[in-house]
Amino acid sequence: MTPAPLIALVGNPNAGKSALFNALTGARQKVGNYPGVTVERKSGRMALDDGRPIEVLDLPGTYSLDPVSPDEAVTRDVLIGVQEGERRPDALIVVVDATNLDNHLRFTLQLIGLGLPTIVALNMIDMAERDGTEIDAARLAAELGVPVIPTVAVRKRGLDALKDAMGRASIGGGRPIILPALPGTDLTSLQRRARAIALAATVQRPMGRAVTERFDRFALHPVFGPIFLAVLMFVMFQAVFSWSQAPIDWLADAQVWLADAAVRTLPDMFLRDFLVEGIINGVGSVVAFLPQILVLFAFILVLEASGYMVRAAFLMDRLMASVGLSGRAFIPLLSSFACAIPGIMATRSIDDPRDRLTTILIAPLMTCSARLPVYALIIGAFIPAEQVVPGVGLQGLVLFGLYIAGIVGAMAAAAVLRRTVAKGGGGGFMMELPRYQLPVLRDIAIGLWQRTFVFLRRAGTVILTVTAVLWLLTSYPKVPVGSGLKQSEYSIAGHIANVLEPIVRPIGFGHDMALAIIPAMAAREVAVSALQTVYSIDAADDSSQGDKRLAERLRGAWSLPTALAFLAWFVFAPQCLSTIAVIRRETNGWLWPSFTLAYLFGMAWLAAGATFWTATALGL
Amino acid sequence: MRLDELPLRRPAHIAAIDWNMLDVAAARRLRELGFDEGVAVETLHRGPFGYDPIACRIGKMTIALRKALAAAVTVEPA
Repeated sequence: MTPAPLIALVGNPNAGKSALFNALTGARQKVGNYPGVTVERKSGRMALDDGRPIEVLDLPGTYSLDPVSPDEAVTRDVLIGVQEGERRPDALIVVVDATNLDNHLRFTLQLIGLGLPTIVALNMIDMAERDGTEIDAARLAAELGVPVIPTVAVRKRGLDALKDAMGRASIGGGRPIILPALPGTDLTSLQRRARAIALAATVQRPMGRAVTERFDRFALHPVFGPIFLAVLMFVMFQAVFSWSQAPIDWLADAQVWLADAAVRTLPDMFLRDFLVEGIINGVGSVVAFLPQILVLFAFILVLEASGYMVRAAFLMDRLMASVGLSGRAFIPLLSSFACAIPGIMATRSIDDPRDRLTTILIAPLMTCSARLPVYALIIGAFIPAEQVVPGVGLQGLVLFGLYIAGIVGAMAAAAVLRRTVAKGGGGGFMMELPRYQLPVLRDIAIGLWQRTFVFLRRAGTVILTVTAVLWLLTSYPKVPVGSGLKQSEYSIAGHIANVLEPIVRPIGFGHDMALAIIPAMAAREVAVSALQTVYSIDAADDSSQGDKRLAERLRGAWSLPTALAFLAWFVFAPQCLSTIAVIRRETNGWLWPSFTLAYLFGMAWLAAGATFWTATALGL
Repeated sequence: MRLDELPLRRPAHIAAIDWNMLDVAAARRLRELGFDEGVAVETLHRGPFGYDPIACRIGKMTIALRKALAAAVTVEPA
């Protein structure tokens, strides 16, 4: 069987490529990686009206065929047919932003010059009309020598005509009639030609990008802009706590129900203990934080899709410059609040290698969602749920403070790194501020689903394995009956923690905490299930404590300075092996991941120590 | 007048670009974003800290760039 024809979507960033990709393929998408590089490969299946299957490839957005960054290099290599692990596309859909025709047409001319069957999707045509730009698609098609289909990807307009054109292109139709330019023709003359074509095919009534301009006067205002950004961030972190409470309770109820069902149906034996205490309670305590992670991701996705994220980069550029970074680093760093892994991968859009290295090294300091379960547990247990002023809770405020601590730590680290190991270069910041768009629910939903899937897969594999192993390590060997010893101290894990304990004792960590930070190396959120395991096993010795919740147990076992020190530790500690692995991939060697481990552990120890000593001295 | 000195919302066009002031990647990116001699340009926003970076309209796009880069662009107010 011959493989389905491969049609690649290609175009400038902000042309609406991903929206068109989602509209064409729906949920039938596959996200992977190109071999050897960490560039995401997104492909999906669709069927034409006559039933023929087509594979659609969403190539990374780029401004030209001369790559600056690794993902732009992938786009070029796929298009000229030399990318490892990818066949050359049978046809191209060039996605063009109709509101920005002259600039996007230059790249279109370069792409038509490749000689593949090409379709131009004249996207966001509704926006152009709203701007007072009328585009003569037939005239444009005649000038370019390829079919031009007006589309509105987010409203699924123009998809039928596009599918017809794809059907013809997939069997070799729609090859450019003329070869207007070969790749490599200099940019300036291509640009001039693009402008001439755009001018010929459009009628412009005098109107501005009214909505975007009016909002930008506020959002980029020197005073109101930063205030608005700060308020937005603050609301985001408050929402993470307050909006997720109900679903968290449902998940907790479901977990209790599952554990009860297991206890009722299974005979009392090793397997049942393992299932209930090791797996259901261990994994359950981590999955319980899925609602918070989703709220955070939803905010980040909406900010990105609306076009605001780039404005945030604009506002922050100067501050970032003061520690030697660029505003471009702001987006990867903000993504790192969800997870450092996509954040570190997003640094590929930073042209300057020193800027990029620094951003990679500090990305783990951004408070990723995996820390949330730990923060949520400790804050919930030790910080009273009071209102400081109406609408602003103390717990949310402490959470906000932890985020700020991570940011300040990262900025300090960047300033030092930029003057030492990543000296020189920099000074560049140049980016397009695209128009604002109403985020499309469907695209946000697809993004959320993909992240939920990744999180649940992690919970199902890494976290499950670690939780299970930890349960075994903490449960065996069994403490002799009547010896008065605690199970967690007597077990194998207890002995491992004994080795670690002298190192963390000065910063106020007890044996149970030493025990919890070992498996948290694999994934931070495992610290919660580790504590859960440690305490539910100890509690089994004393049935009166049997069903006390973990937070209450911690409150009984830890002092406030200890809890605060534990929080400070988690702000800085490099506790996620996947992040270290991604840093290794992105920097091509073990030097920088080892460096990251060393400097972050150093910072974590000092920060936890400083917190513990200060809090103790203040008599908290 | 240099682009970074152009008052906000004063229409102008680009008189000259000193490509030698820019490194190769920055020069290419500037061209890709539509900077060219004779093109109309208008400064729309300035950053909150030290008026840096600036955002200007070039063609149909709004481009943010640092003042240090904008200094390579000479403009002539209309």
